[in-house]
Amino acid sequence: MKSLLPLAIVLALATAYGLWYRRSRGRLRAKAGRLRITESMIQAPLGSRATLVQFSSAFCTPCRATRALLENIVQGISDVAHVEVDAEARLELVRELNILSTPTTLILDSHGREVGRAVGAPKREQVITALKAIRT
Amino acid sequence: MTELSIAKKPVVSIDARGPRFSALLTTIVLGFALGTSNIWLAVGQGIVFAIGAFKGPQFTPYAFIFKTLIKPRLKSEFVGEDVRPPQFAQSVGLVFALTAIAGAFIGLNLLFTVAVSFALAAAFLNSTFNFCLGCEIYLLLLRARSKWANIQ
Repeated sequence: MKSLLPLAIVLALATAYGLWYRRSRGRLRAKAGRLRITESMIQAPLGSRATLVQFSSAFCTPCRATRALLENIVQGISDVAHVEVDAEARLELVRELNILSTPTTLILDSHGREVGRAVGAPKREQVITALKAIRT
Repeated sequence: MTELSIAKKPVVSIDARGPRFSALLTTIVLGFALGTSNIWLAVGQGIVFAIGAFKGPQFTPYAFIFKTLIKPRLKSEFVGEDVRPPQFAQSVGLVFALTAIAGAFIGLNLLFTVAVSFALAAAFLNSTFNFCLGCEIYLLLLRARSKWANIQ
């Protein structure tokens, strides 16, 4: 079976997926979560105005950069909290919230309702804009 | 802010550009393996994957080429990266390489083609789009495993 056809097919499909991957990863999407995420679910206190919940795992390169970014963003904003959850240790929560990959960051309002979600390392401006839109 | 167990553990940090260069070489080798249906290229790549999976991606022959020939010529800044994500990717590559080799030995050419295709796609995505295989499939594998354990 010496043919260049499989090679061409694989590279074409992978390129299509790669372009979608690059476009979608890190993009913050508005959400209207019905579920209220409580402090006991994430095992940490919620911020009084907003909370950034980051799901991470061990085999994830952008998780570290995401942690640094979100910690930097919440620094100096006293009413916004950053909580990192080890996805591997919390598989039930992961399933309940439909987390498929890491890092996934949820933006919660003061009631713990999800208002935004970014899969992949989020972009600073998008997170800051989303946080500004949340009122207490 | 909560401290996380996975954040606390001291992790081995390697040059982030190393695994991407290795992924480029892997793409070329597997591209030839697929295009020419050459099982020995798959065996060679399988050995590289095995070293990367068991010893670490910084010990493969590709990493050696990176360190001696490529790195001294690079001008961009050193960016440290956790060694575990690329090591996980090498293990996944090894599974595909072993599947391909097994397919070729028992005469299932289609299995060889499909397995090499998946490994090639992952390596290509990694080198070209900085694709993180561990990010995308590790959680899905864990979810599938726990679901399966519940059914049992």
